[in-house]
Formats: sequence, C-alpha cells, structure tokens
Amino acid sequence: MSWIASPAQLKRRGVLGMNRRNIMLIGQHNDRRRFPLVDDKLKTKQLAEEAGIAAPGLISLIQYQHQVRRIEQLLAEHSCFCIKPAKGSGGKGILVIHDHDNQNYFKPNNQSVSLPELKRHLSNILAGLFSLGGQPDKAIIESLIHFDNRFARYSFEGVPDIRIIVFRGYPVMAMMRLSTEASDGKANLHQGAVGVGLHIDNGKAAYAVQFDKPVAEHPDTGQALDQLVIPEWRKLLVMAARCYEITGLGYLGVDIVLDAHQGPMLLELNARPGLAIQIANNVGLEQRMSQLQTVIPQNLSPLDRVSAVQQLFQSS
Amino acid sequence: MQERIPFYLLVILLIVVGTGSAVYRHLNQQVPWLPGQTREIWDVEARLEFSAPNTGVIARLAIPESQPGFTLLRQGTASPGYGLSYLTEGLAPAVRWSTEAADGKQVLYYRARFLVDPKADQAWPKPPLQNSEPIVPEQVRLAADQLISQAQQRAADEITLAAQLMRLLFEDQQGELLRQERSNGEAAMLLMQLAALPARQVTALKLRSGRRNQNSLSYLMVYGDQQVAFFNLTNGKEGRPERLLIWEMRDQPLIDVEGGRSTRLSFSMLREELAVQDALEQKYDDLSLVQVSLHSLPLQEQQLFRGLLLIPVGVMVVLMMRVLVGLRTSGTFMPVLIALALMQTELGAGLAGFVLVVLAGLIVRGYLSRLNLLLVARISAVIIVVILLTATFSVIAYNLRIVAGLNIIFFPMIIIAWTIERLSLLWEEEGAEEVFKQGGGSLLVALLAYMVMLNTLIQHLTFNFPGLQLVLLGAILLLGRYTGYRLVELVRFSPMLRQPEDKK
Repeated sequence: MSWIASPAQLKRRGVLGMNRRNIMLIGQHNDRRRFPLVDDKLKTKQLAEEAGIAAPGLISLIQYQHQVRRIEQLLAEHSCFCIKPAKGSGGKGILVIHDHDNQNYFKPNNQSVSLPELKRHLSNILAGLFSLGGQPDKAIIESLIHFDNRFARYSFEGVPDIRIIVFRGYPVMAMMRLSTEASDGKANLHQGAVGVGLHIDNGKAAYAVQFDKPVAEHPDTGQALDQLVIPEWRKLLVMAARCYEITGLGYLGVDIVLDAHQGPMLLELNARPGLAIQIANNVGLEQRMSQLQTVIPQNLSPLDRVSAVQQLFQSS
Repeated sequence: MQERIPFYLLVILLIVVGTGSAVYRHLNQQVPWLPGQTREIWDVEARLEFSAPNTGVIARLAIPESQPGFTLLRQGTASPGYGLSYLTEGLAPAVRWSTEAADGKQVLYYRARFLVDPKADQAWPKPPLQNSEPIVPEQVRLAADQLISQAQQRAADEITLAAQLMRLLFEDQQGELLRQERSNGEAAMLLMQLAALPARQVTALKLRSGRRNQNSLSYLMVYGDQQVAFFNLTNGKEGRPERLLIWEMRDQPLIDVEGGRSTRLSFSMLREELAVQDALEQKYDDLSLVQVSLHSLPLQEQQLFRGLLLIPVGVMVVLMMRVLVGLRTSGTFMPVLIALALMQTELGAGLAGFVLVVLAGLIVRGYLSRLNLLLVARISAVIIVVILLTATFSVIAYNLRIVAGLNIIFFPMIIIAWTIERLSLLWEEEGAEEVFKQGGGSLLVALLAYMVMLNTLIQHLTFNFPGLQLVLLGAILLLGRYTGYRLVELVRFSPMLRQPEDKK
C-alpha cells in the first residue's frame, strides 16, 4: 500500500497534518488580533518599512473606484508593475504586467490584457472578489522585481520565490518555488510549480518535487535542480526571523524574492502557511519543531536564532 | 492544557444530558427508539337503549376512566335531542342525559377512545371503606365462617386468601349454599366483607375487535398490600385478561334511567393501529408543562422543526467530510442547503435541476463578466437570471411532463448565485478541472448529507428526542479538537514514505 500511508507512519516521520496545524500551531501561537497585520499586504509593507526590511516599492494604492477610471495616466510612466489585492490569499488576483503601450498590457507570457480588462480587474479587487470573506479591498500597485538572471534557467516565466516557515522566531524549513509551464507561471505547488526544499544551514537544494513527486530537473528548462544555491542565504534567514518580532506570530510563512539589484525582498507574510513544504523537503515539520523545542533557549535575538538553527539543522 | 479538563467535562456533560433526556423520554413517555412502531387504540361504544312513555327522562351512565393499561384519549356522545352533562368532577365519572319529553324507543351513544398503554400514569382507585359486618342469617354466617377458616389455612396474604375464598365459593358445597340465594357477585362480596378483605365489584369489558352487542362482565377486584387482583365472577378464576377494560370501578350503578323502561346496555368495539407519534400526540393533547414536546406544536410548525432539527445532522456530515476526510467543497455549508432542497424535491429531478441551473448560470455569468460590472451588481444580476432560469425550466419540464413540476424553487437562489460566482472565478483562475473537483465535492457531500437526513431512523430520532442535539453538539466540539491526519493527507503525504528519510 504505497499510495496511502498509515497515520502511524506519518507520525513517525513527524509530518504535520492540517487539523493539527490549525489547532496546535495557528490556534495556539497566532493571536487572532495580529492576523490583519499579515492578511493586509499594505500593513505588512508598512511594518517592513518601519523595521527596515526591504520590500518591493509601492507605486500606487487604489482605494476608490474613481481612481480606476484614470488608471492609464497613473501607469503611463511605469513600464512594468504588479497589481495585487491587499487582502488576497493564495496568489489570487495578482496580475503581473511587464510592458504596455497604454492600450494593451502584456503579461510575462506575452498575453495581452486590454485596458478595460485591466480596469475590471481593479474594480473586482476593490469589490472584494479576491479578499477573505469578500470584504471590500484595496489594490496595491508595486514595482516589479528585477529578475535575477542566476535563476533564469530555474524558472519558466514567473519569478521564483522562497518560502521560509518561522516557528516562534526560528526558521525551521524553507523551499524555493519555481513556476513551470504547467503552473502557468504561478508559484503555487498545487498548480504544478516545482518545490525545491532547501537546507536550512546553507541554502542549498535538498530535495525537489512537482505534483508531490520527486523531480531531478526543471521540467521545462531541464536545469538540474540539485545545483540550486540561494545567495546571501543567511541574510534571508535573518530577514525571516525578524518577521517574528514585527508580527508577533508564532507560526509564520515568510515569502521572499530575490531582486537582481536590491537583493532579498519581503514579498508577503502568511499566518496560515500550507503544508506542501514538507513534501518539497521530504521532512516533517513536526519533526523539525520538536527538535527545536528540546534544544533552543528563549529570548534570543534574530541573529542568534538564525545561528542556532543553522547549527541545529546541519546538512551532512 | 489546563483548558482541557473543563472542555472534556463540558463535552461529557452535553453527552450525558443529551442521552439522559432521550432515555427519559423513552422510559417516561414511551417514545420508541425506532420509527414505524404502532400503538393499539380501541374505540369503545356504549349503546343505551330504552323506551319512554312520553315522559321526562334522566339517564345516567357510568363512564370509564384512564387506568393501568389504558389511557383515555377522547370521549364523546351521540344523543340528539338530549341535554348532556359530563359528571367527571366527583369521585365517580358518569355522563348524564336529560330531556323534557321522550316518546318511544330511545338510543343514546357514548363513545370512548383508549390507548393501550402499559405505562399509563393512572393508579387504581382507593379501596372502599370497610363497612361494619353485614347482618346475615345464622346459617349463612356459619357456612361463611367455615369457608373463611378453611381458606385462611392455605393463604399468606389478602390476595391469596381471596383466591382461596373464590375457589371454595365455586367448588365447595358450603359455597354453593351461599350462592343459592344471591348472585355470584353478592356472594363473593359477602365473603370478602366477612373476611375483612377490601374489595369491590366492578364492571369490565373484554375488548375484541369488531364485536358488536357485547355485554359487560362482572369482576371482583381485591386490594392486596401493593397490588390488586381480579376475579371473574362467572367462574371464580383469578387474573386480569389482556385487553380487559374496567368500565366502572367506583361502586356506582352502571346505568340509571329515570323515566324509561326496558333498559338495555350493549357495547361494540373497534381496534385500530396508530403510529406511535400520533398516539402520543393524542395522549399528550392536554399536556402538563413537564411533558411539553414538539408534538404540542401545530402541525405546520412541527413540519418546520422536523426540517430544522435535521440541519445539525447535515452539518455534522459536512464537518466529518472536512475534518476527517478533507474533502473540499465550494462554500462550507452549501452542501447542507443543497441537501435540504433535495429533500423537498425528487432526488433525480432535484440534482438535474441543480446542475442545469448552475451550468446555465455559469454561461450567463461568462457573458456578464464581459460587461465590466461591479461585483455586487453582477451577483444581483446572476440572482435574477437564476430565478428566471428556474421558472423557465419548471415550466418546460411541467409542460413536457418530464416530472410533475421541477421543484427547484426550493433551492436557495442567493446561495446558488454565489456558488455560480465562485465557480466561475475558480474556472478563470484555476481552470475547469478545479471547478469540477470542488463542484463535484460539494455535490458528493450534499448527496451524503441528503442520504443521512432522509434516513427515517435519523428523522425519527432528531424529531422525537431533541435532547440528542446536545449529543451532536458534544460530538462536534470533540471533532473541533481533532488533531489527527485527514484521510486525503494519508494519500497526499504518502510519497514522503517512499523516499528514504533524509537525515539532517
């Protein structure tokens, strides 16, 4: 019976399940009152700015319908940008435009979006189509990440991002998400993006999966995935660890992108990070957390915490 | 962790109180655990016949009351031209007819409806007061004393003494002597009085279905320490046969007709099987506060609550599919609403109607999305379109005689509109596959909830034992704390087991 696992087997591997995540982690470590800090990308952006954490620059904030009407004037001087709903979840409603002629706006895969379509998209965002619970929302227009060419062969169309799970301030697990043709340029694992598990101590690839199955190379570019190394890895870890201080959330997913010019930038925070990262790493989250809880002292600075986990989760 | 104990205490309390109330209702009010059980109901009719020579008439008939084994549900009379009064306040219940002038043959009817009820809460009436010993001729006295002393040797208490006396009365020569000059009843009563046994003569009816023109029977009722015993006064045999209704047990004459002649009383009876619920409804028709139940509501509200009380069961199904299985549905509790709607329609027709409306709605929504509307306006438009579609399909289906009216009217229109909106967004963002996955998941859960909610046992239990809702609540609280793996996760994470563990 290899297509189904027994609960005991999963437990032995320290795999975290959805129910347990909801009750033991989100319920106990994430204070409800702090959710808006991460559910609203605008607030996250402000928090990051105050703490001196780099984040993509804000071009404009669209709050009212009348702003949508004159949107082409606003966007005229920006050749590439990204539109996001402030309260969107799971990548819903994100539109990336890398070029336009004020009439047609082009997505990275060169599909064009007409101006009326763009306006409708903005109206939908304001009406709350993509937000949790359908509440009225704001649209954030921010400058596009400059694609780091070192990752060109690792990704198809989209910009790869790095997800780091931070448990009580300690980065415990990380993966890079590479978009593929199957995932339509998106970095969501369930849509077919490749998830590359990363060693916590050095940022090197540990394991990789697509559609929950192990893969050795990128399905579209043929690039061997075990070559993947994240530059400035410790900087990323520290950035993720500091997000614990600014949000106060004990179970946090930190999404970081690498900009060619400005280095790692905080993309968004997630108070309910998913569980696919376990498959990408072939390691259970519960296992990492129990390792952590037995060893690590409290009240360390972010830098010390990063050093501690790099020590604790040594590869080879 | 400290919260744990109060939490489990609460759950245990809920479950105990819930089952407790259900068990109470079962034991005390005989609500059966299983549906479809019936109760026996007897309609007994007394027919009083006499002739009157154009005079004023007052007729009085003793009437039966609730007693161990039988509960009186309803009574009534048929007596055109007569004034009627029920004399039920006094010790001896009776009905009295009166008229100023009656001529010729008169027939009066009294009808009573009894529930055969092993748990009837009525006790036997108290024993009669002991009179001083009757004065009887010396010869009789001697015979009686002889019988009594003979009987006393073989008796332990009142009932066994009475049994011995009755045996002697019908078998012994002395007994026959006693019965020579008086009726069996009088002889038996005389013996009982001389032996100082509390007893009374009662009138009883043996209930046999479909019988007409039955006569009443005389029984002797003897009070023991804790119980009463009955003796048939025609043969002296002890015991109360099944379905023996005691018609009169208050020492009053069975009938008393002033101004009439050649009086005759006869009985007819009819047996009926009634669903337990209907029987209980009649039993608790005039209920005390303690026994308040949903059965006391008007029929229409009862129907409403039948549906309402099923919703928690549907919710439970959804919860289990979510937490234990991990099935994703579009709209958390939409499946329950679909299931409720399906219960109002026919399953096939309902499903076809639902799928048809959603598909048509998706097409219309596809067009609306090109009009660049605000979200709320678009959903409002979808609602109207959904209503129009429903009406159209109903009319078409009816006219084509496909089904007797496609009752999709019962589907919650606004929910459907939102479902269409969500599914169409899902289509745009994640592709058709995800739409069918989530839509199919919703339908699957809805079907499951429908099948559970349609189950007659579930319907019976939820409606008749509202206390069980607390048990459900307790179970839901427990499920809310379930931290184990979901079924789909066992599959989802299974690839991790195929790979060797990566030691780090």
